[in-house]
Amino acid sequence: MSSTDQSPPPELYAAREPIFPRRVSGTFRNLKWALMALMLGIYYITPWIRWDRGPNLPDQAVLIDMAGRRFFFFMIEIWPHEFYFVAGLLIMAGLGLFLFTSAVGRVWCGYACPQTVWTDLFILVERWIEGDRNARIRLHRQPWNWEKLIKNGVKWWAWLAIALATGGAWIFYFTDAPTLFYDLIYFQAHPIAYITMGVLTGTTFFFGGFAREQICIYACPWPRIQAAMMDEDTLTIAYRDWRGEPRGKQDVQGNGDCIDCMACVNVCPQGIDIRDGQQLACITCGLCIDACNGVMDKIGKPRDLIGYLALTDELAERAGAPKKSLWRHILRVRTVIYTVLLAGVGIGLIVALFLRVPLDVNVTPIRNPQYVTLSDGSIRNAYDLRLRNMQGDDRVFAVSASSIATFLLAFDGQADLNITVPANQTKTVRLFVTAPLETLAVGAERTDLRLWVMDMGPNGTAVEPLRIHYDTVFYGAEVHDKDNRRGQEKDD
Amino acid sequence: MFAKQITKNSRTKAQVETTGHIWDGVQELNNPLPRWWVWVLYLTIIWGIGYTIAYPAWPMISGATQGILGPQERAAVAAEIDRFDSANGDIKAALIAAPLADIPADEALKAYAIPAGASVFKNNCATCHGSGAAGVQGKGYPNLLDNDWLWGGDMEAIHTTLTHGIRNATDPDARYSQMPKFGADGLLEPAQIAGVVEHVLKISGQDHDAALASAGATVFTENCVACHTEAGTGDRAQGAPNLTDAIWLYGGTRETITNTVINARFGVMPAWAGRLPEDEIRAVASYVHSLGGGEAAPSPAP
Repeated sequence: MSSTDQSPPPELYAAREPIFPRRVSGTFRNLKWALMALMLGIYYITPWIRWDRGPNLPDQAVLIDMAGRRFFFFMIEIWPHEFYFVAGLLIMAGLGLFLFTSAVGRVWCGYACPQTVWTDLFILVERWIEGDRNARIRLHRQPWNWEKLIKNGVKWWAWLAIALATGGAWIFYFTDAPTLFYDLIYFQAHPIAYITMGVLTGTTFFFGGFAREQICIYACPWPRIQAAMMDEDTLTIAYRDWRGEPRGKQDVQGNGDCIDCMACVNVCPQGIDIRDGQQLACITCGLCIDACNGVMDKIGKPRDLIGYLALTDELAERAGAPKKSLWRHILRVRTVIYTVLLAGVGIGLIVALFLRVPLDVNVTPIRNPQYVTLSDGSIRNAYDLRLRNMQGDDRVFAVSASSIATFLLAFDGQADLNITVPANQTKTVRLFVTAPLETLAVGAERTDLRLWVMDMGPNGTAVEPLRIHYDTVFYGAEVHDKDNRRGQEKDD
Repeated sequence: MFAKQITKNSRTKAQVETTGHIWDGVQELNNPLPRWWVWVLYLTIIWGIGYTIAYPAWPMISGATQGILGPQERAAVAAEIDRFDSANGDIKAALIAAPLADIPADEALKAYAIPAGASVFKNNCATCHGSGAAGVQGKGYPNLLDNDWLWGGDMEAIHTTLTHGIRNATDPDARYSQMPKFGADGLLEPAQIAGVVEHVLKISGQDHDAALASAGATVFTENCVACHTEAGTGDRAQGAPNLTDAIWLYGGTRETITNTVINARFGVMPAWAGRLPEDEIRAVASYVHSLGGGEAAPSPAP
């Protein structure tokens, strides 16, 4: 900075300006109440829904079992090797983000983001206890006295109770909810449960009660990412300044429709003035639309001075074009392509779920050594079979092989080829495959081998057994001999 | 235009100056940082100071400051090892108490002993027998995967071999036998040796000179049957290999067999009693027994 600069340097830091959103009613406010009830309901009730899966599996409808490495969702059970289902869901979430953001902008921020929902809930509590905007401002400005202390105290305890319930509900997703609830109350639960609850209680209390819009503006990457996905047809909330300006008293000739009543500013949970245009802090919650429409109704002017519109609308309407239907913005080539992709991945996942086989085998050929010569000259290979029984009862799996060559199969210390795998478990067994003397595979370098695993049911007596296979290779003695011969030639 | 509008803000537009930087119409405003932001910075500094007091941090001439909470990782690892040791205490005691022959049929014992034995094997036995237990072909380190055993392949025999070793000088109970150096010590004439080698090639089903082999059969009967038996199938009581099968400890070619007859062989294995605790010896025995060649306990003599 040059020394000739006369103005004092700007402040480096600024305190947060408190925001006291006024109560508002209208379409978007009602929509937000309904969505809040729905989402909070889903969040709190889901862990308590029961779903009978038989005696060996948990009966919680939605359960993320970290220790057992299983994910249960109603009739669906996901094992760790089926993580592609989760990957598919993440891809769908990504495409959903593209779709919703390109069509309706920051709709996530305004209606569904937990930060928004809980802040909304906390403001509701605040309003119940301290009154509406003007009462809250008055309370904020008055010196600390009993009234202020009691009102703030009650408010904070109410917030803390909500925060505790929030943190508490979260941990129920990870273990049996009724058991954990009992343990929590009698202080028998694992410390991790209390720590998780404590952290989530603290963050909910602080983020919803005090940090609020600071999280959206300074901490959250979403606004930046979403801004990159919007285009000039994306719906955002905007002020029709060509209709509203110049703002001022209604009875003055030449003034626009905006009477500068500040209703849109007073209801804004982000503390911004939408009439300044699109801005980073705007979460497009629609409350300013409700506020302005209420005022327009009262003064007898058409609604939607503030409303959902896209950048192209601004240019067109300024030039005198009539309002364009919102659906014309939402149904575009770009959003249709996103919808098709989203549906495609979703249908693919559903099909994969229906085709899912509840048993699985993974074969690891033991290649150290590649083969073993037995005393009669026959050749043996070994394979580790990892058998997964993804069902709620014990299963007998019968192992067999098919190949152009003859093989003898055996498990260590066992007369038959049946392996019993307990319910919902994985078992690894070593399979010995022997090529008898003077059969095809003894001298061949490689022989293709297909291992079959049949699910013979709980008693090993299934009439139409479900079967799967795994292709692997049997190594004969030929390779080794050839290597030896080559080695000897070199020595000579 | 879109980006330009984003940068607008009701509270900043009137008061805040720009830095004078403009890119594609986007101006950079010189907004103040939120005050809590600077408090977070101070908090992290305080946290950092507290951390360096609590934990090892500052490098000194030798070592580093220990911190008032001290380095805990080593103690944590030691506690973890103790925890597993005590958790395994019962199963180890059960493994030691069980009759050896019963271990392969006991699923609970096997579930512990085989992975534990595999681990002990890789640390102690793999040097000679290979990480896959396949031995070293032709070098006298036996393959433990096949169904041919020099001193027996049931749990009892494997356990004895492991405990006392073979032909070592340290354990008086080590398994012991010695093949005479028929050539080097002049016990057999070269022609006799050539004959007995052809006989061995014959009984092991390989190409051989029939005339020499029939002469060698006599030599074999006179010199070798005490250990290798009349049929050449060997004697496990003396660690004498079966000469008729497809498995050779030092190689089954004419040259290597001739070398063996002239100079004999003397494979040594150390005794593991005293080096490994009994539960680990039993675990290794169970592991080796499970590798595909394990034999059932011989039925008691009538």
